[in-house]
Amino acid sequence: MTINKWLKENTFHHSRFQNINDLVKEKEKQGLNLSLCIPTLNEEKTIGKEIVIFKSELMTKYPLLDEIAVIDSGSTDNTRDVAEAFGADVYLAKEILPEMGEKKGKGENLWKAIYQLKGDIIVYIDADIKNIHPRFVYGLLGPLLYNQKIQYVKAFYERPLTTSHGVRPSGGGRVTEILVRPLFSLFFPELSALIQPLSGEYAVRRTLLEKIPFPIGYGVETSHLIDVYKMLGMEAIAQTDLDQRVHRNQQTRDLGKMAFGILQTVLSRMNSLGIISELPILNHTLRQFQTDDNVFETVEYNILEEERPPMIEIPAYRKKMGYK
Amino acid sequence: MKKTGWNLESIVEKLPEYIEKLKTVNEVLLSNLVMVGEIPAPTFKEAKRVQFMLDRFTEAELQNSSTDEAGNAVAILPGKEGKENILIVAHTDTLYSEKIDHTLTIQPNSVIGPGVGDNSLGVAVILTLPFILEQLNITLDSNLILLGASRSLGRGDLEGLRFFLSNTDIPIIAGVSVEGVQLGRLSYSSIGMIRGEIVCTVPEEYDWSRFGSVGSIVTINEVINQILEIPIPKRPKTTIVFNSIEGGTGKFSKIPKLSFLRFEIRSESDDMVHEIYQRIEDITTDVSYRYGDDISLTIYSKRRPGGIEFSHPLTKNVRSIMKYLNIKPRISPSTSELSAFIDQKIPAITLGITKGDRVDDEKEIIEIEPIYTGLAQLVALLLAIDRGQCVDDK
Repeated sequence: MTINKWLKENTFHHSRFQNINDLVKEKEKQGLNLSLCIPTLNEEKTIGKEIVIFKSELMTKYPLLDEIAVIDSGSTDNTRDVAEAFGADVYLAKEILPEMGEKKGKGENLWKAIYQLKGDIIVYIDADIKNIHPRFVYGLLGPLLYNQKIQYVKAFYERPLTTSHGVRPSGGGRVTEILVRPLFSLFFPELSALIQPLSGEYAVRRTLLEKIPFPIGYGVETSHLIDVYKMLGMEAIAQTDLDQRVHRNQQTRDLGKMAFGILQTVLSRMNSLGIISELPILNHTLRQFQTDDNVFETVEYNILEEERPPMIEIPAYRKKMGYK
Repeated sequence: MKKTGWNLESIVEKLPEYIEKLKTVNEVLLSNLVMVGEIPAPTFKEAKRVQFMLDRFTEAELQNSSTDEAGNAVAILPGKEGKENILIVAHTDTLYSEKIDHTLTIQPNSVIGPGVGDNSLGVAVILTLPFILEQLNITLDSNLILLGASRSLGRGDLEGLRFFLSNTDIPIIAGVSVEGVQLGRLSYSSIGMIRGEIVCTVPEEYDWSRFGSVGSIVTINEVINQILEIPIPKRPKTTIVFNSIEGGTGKFSKIPKLSFLRFEIRSESDDMVHEIYQRIEDITTDVSYRYGDDISLTIYSKRRPGGIEFSHPLTKNVRSIMKYLNIKPRISPSTSELSAFIDQKIPAITLGITKGDRVDDEKEIIEIEPIYTGLAQLVALLLAIDRGQCVDDK
């Protein structure tokens, strides 16, 4: 599939799916269960709004979602109380599959959601979105409900600066344009067609989710794309434009940590796929610098991209799902 | 006309049940509140908020969902009989520029953000009302006209509601104006009012070498001094409010060339409002002549005093409903939407929905829990109007 063909056929705008009634009919016709998972860590300021809007618009008014779950990494603020007060199912990540131990990272929550939630499709939405709107969910579910070939739908955010139809640059954030897209262009050219490969909002069929491994940290989104692409090709991936997303802006130093984690994940994927061989033992310490009275100091961060295996390999999950 | 088999008691006895049911529509109202409240709508720039309302009206399959030349959003929830029409209105505009962050934050007991109570909650109530009535299994006999009125505040001067009332051919039996805050608000009369602005400009040919106190601030100060000497009667109740003052450039080295004073004259008597306005006009002419500065006086809005009586069945029934719900009435004359109804001789009142704080502040906060009581009060009032309990037989 050429990049342009994929962009034409598998790139959508959320407005195409704004008739939620039709989505509900499609869901009921296919007998699907749909779950929303919001991974959290200290998000008391935005979580209440997300739950109120999704519950009102996509459960009470239109029965599109069957559950709204918050999987929390152990927030020290009121995130869990706020989420519960507005009717979400709230879980502590460490209490799900406790025999598997506890790892810190958003990917851990996403992975454990596969065990905990009941949906045939799970929509993952970050909790730090300030301009939350139902389109964040229905825009991602739409392609999956209308096209059986599509397995994994990723969000991207574009807001036209003008209403003209001329050419304008389009793309992702700093880490995407400086690291991920160049890497994809070098080694997985078709994946470079994903406008925002690092966006934290996506919807995936369970039949696929349970088969892919989950890095628990920064690399989870990148590794998903590589794994799905290698397993099923570009036909299985789609992307939806959700217009603008307003969220906290990250400092460049924090983006450095993100890039360090992603790079580890991509290198290890390339190694396991045989694209590069004889990868040396990777150092997991990121060094950044600061000055104190004109004296340079090193600040070291240990960023180890651990990985959870595909959920289908976990005996407790197989038992729960009735797999032999 | 009073309908047989109905009295206020038969309406209020259902209120505890309504309040419990209203708690279950909580997220629908809050969701509308957030979505509407995050669309900036300073006066004259309400179009996006109005479009959102129209989309919601269409989604709720209301009749005649449309906008008009004044930028209002209007739709009709048809009644069982449809012989009479009740108008429920909330102003769509807010005090905040589109440049400020309109993000609302929801906490378990409160919602925080600019304009949340004044009047995003009022608009959200209008949007949620069809759903609320459906959940409570209430079908009114009368048509309910839902109106998001634009261009209400400040220089908007109630243009949206005035336009609608002047141009509609639908006869309206009663009007209810919904404000987000404060629960207990009960306005049934409007006081006379003129809002104006005095602008003092120092002419270019000004003699800058002259000594003594100079510049537009001194001139505007003289205007203020003279306004303060206007005798204010105790009866009819009258006040002059200086709402804001601006002048100068903020720099030491510059003599101020431009100063503004915004003021409001309020009185129970229309004659008194105009008499004081006339005095202010004379003062500006006199000061301008003596100081050699240009002084202009512009009126931005006017309200005529009027309204229904304290003993009017509409007011009486609201007070009874409030008493039943343990809401302490805060009776105050209004300078808002009510006066547009008064001009058209339509009996009307203004109600508040919940408790709030820091109104006119970007950190405005409203409480969630009292909303259920505020909504129950509104539903009971609509039923009372619908069942003919608020008709003045006189």
